[in-house]
Amino acid sequence: MSVQDFALATEVATRRRWGATAALLALVVLLSVLSLGIGPVQLSPLAVIEALFGGGSDVAQVIVREIRLPRTILAFAIGGILGLSGAALQGLLRNPLASPSLFGAPQSAAFGAVLVIALGLADVRSYALPVVAIIAAFGSVFALLAIAGRNAGLLILILAGLAISSFAGAATALVMNLSSNPFVVLEIAFWLLGSLEDRSFQHVALALPFIIAGAAILLSQASAFRALTLGEEAAQSLGVDVGRLRLFVITGAALGVGGAVAVTGTIGFIGLVAPHLMRPVIGHDPARLLVPSALTGAALLLAADIAVRIIPSTSDIKVGVLTSIIGVPFFLYLIMRERRALGGGVA
Amino acid sequence: MTLLSATGLSASLGSRKVLHEISLSLAAGNLVALVGPNGAGKTTLLRALAGLIPSDGEIRIGGDALASLPLRERAKRFAYLPQGHMVHWPLPARDIVALGRYPHGATDPARLSPRDVEAVLRAMQAVDVEAFSDRRVTELSGGERSRVALARVLAVEAPVILADEPTASLDPRHQIDVMQKLRNVADTGVLVVVVTHDLGLAARFADHVLVLSEGRLAAQGAPAEALSESVLASVFRVSAYRAEFQREAVIVPWADV
Repeated sequence: MSVQDFALATEVATRRRWGATAALLALVVLLSVLSLGIGPVQLSPLAVIEALFGGGSDVAQVIVREIRLPRTILAFAIGGILGLSGAALQGLLRNPLASPSLFGAPQSAAFGAVLVIALGLADVRSYALPVVAIIAAFGSVFALLAIAGRNAGLLILILAGLAISSFAGAATALVMNLSSNPFVVLEIAFWLLGSLEDRSFQHVALALPFIIAGAAILLSQASAFRALTLGEEAAQSLGVDVGRLRLFVITGAALGVGGAVAVTGTIGFIGLVAPHLMRPVIGHDPARLLVPSALTGAALLLAADIAVRIIPSTSDIKVGVLTSIIGVPFFLYLIMRERRALGGGVA
Repeated sequence: MTLLSATGLSASLGSRKVLHEISLSLAAGNLVALVGPNGAGKTTLLRALAGLIPSDGEIRIGGDALASLPLRERAKRFAYLPQGHMVHWPLPARDIVALGRYPHGATDPARLSPRDVEAVLRAMQAVDVEAFSDRRVTELSGGERSRVALARVLAVEAPVILADEPTASLDPRHQIDVMQKLRNVADTGVLVVVVTHDLGLAARFADHVLVLSEGRLAAQGAPAEALSESVLASVFRVSAYRAEFQREAVIVPWADV
């Protein structure tokens, strides 16, 4: 084999990946335009684009730019960070079943946020909400990795994640239980289901800085995930500071998930599903999966948020409910596929 | 000339002290076999030498104190092959070998410099894995996978290779192949340290043998001295059948049952 052959072989694979990423990007743009056009007032894609750039009627401009644009930006950013966090956690743990929601991160973040709301510590639109949510998410992922240990198998991770999300759920229930104001309880209960409805640019300002910071941290670690393919010891021998990497990934995922949960409630399973959809197209390289998984996550959440507006029903379906209803059967399918590894015990 | 040395090296796993005051000095161009019973501390010694676990005492590599070297620099000097050739994702063999260039800043196998590509190709040629460079490592046989792992380590082009049981779970022919490949690498001036349980392979291929027993060096030297009758009896609790075949030393461990 010559240097030219080698270059050729890698180039073919690279071109394929770029093609797939470009197609995903186009899909995300398409879904964004659709998301801006769908609602009580239906707007054609052309009208949406016109309104977006300051044309069309005043009514259309207000609907698109002030009502639907924040919602669409949040769906894009939150879906993206969830997909990215899932791919990063799967890379860190070298495990296809890792994801923020299976580790109890959104549930823990929700507990933090609920605590702030129920105790009346801060206004729902203050930065206290995402900050406490982020701290809670960090605590949960940190605890999970500490419990699971360095070379945790699937079984330990899933059991520990189950325990942590159950605990966070119980703690949230306790807060609601102790709350004396029934209106607050009802509000929390609906908020927990996860929704993008009626979100304003204030919400975007609340979540976006944390999501961008989290995404930047996770993306900066991309190549280390590739080295981790060989296991922690070999990665360390290649110059990867594995301890620091873990801290970065936990921080990045907590910033993103905590920021997201603070404005939308819990939206699960996108982080689990997105990397899996991309592996057949992009390949298994954990570093290359990050960006496509983020785009897939964004597309999934945009699509789900469009779906909840289209599905006819007497009351609104929450988008978090929809993602879980689709996500859980997918999770079961993955368990079936990984049955051999799971059945192999705690290896 | 000494390339790698340790003075008063001690290390612990948890609260248990695994290595006690080990001092050794290894030269470039040597194939060193590290042998000892299960639990003697072979893997721990290898990890400590590579700086992968904290240890007391001093390790010097090519004139520098290991402790003073940043992670990236250590990675360029030690190529480390862990036990089991673990690969967690089904990547093509080529990408795995290319990870050997990671310490040199080539973190993306799709964007290697011509120098890195040459190093990867040299490594693949040395252990004969070019034929399946496009195949996923998870689809390869055990023997093929161990050669890919070896190629990854060679691609680092480090002055020291530390290999933890590279011949484990291979058939006899592949065991001999792997040892011969490592022998060839040592002959190019690289210091190769190999952990093995196979005293026969150690006797046949190594220049120097380190015998580890309960965290201490029980013997070291040329295979004939280090694997003497008394060492085998005290450390391994075996005797040995010794012979010469095609002008090479043969040792077959023997215990009466």
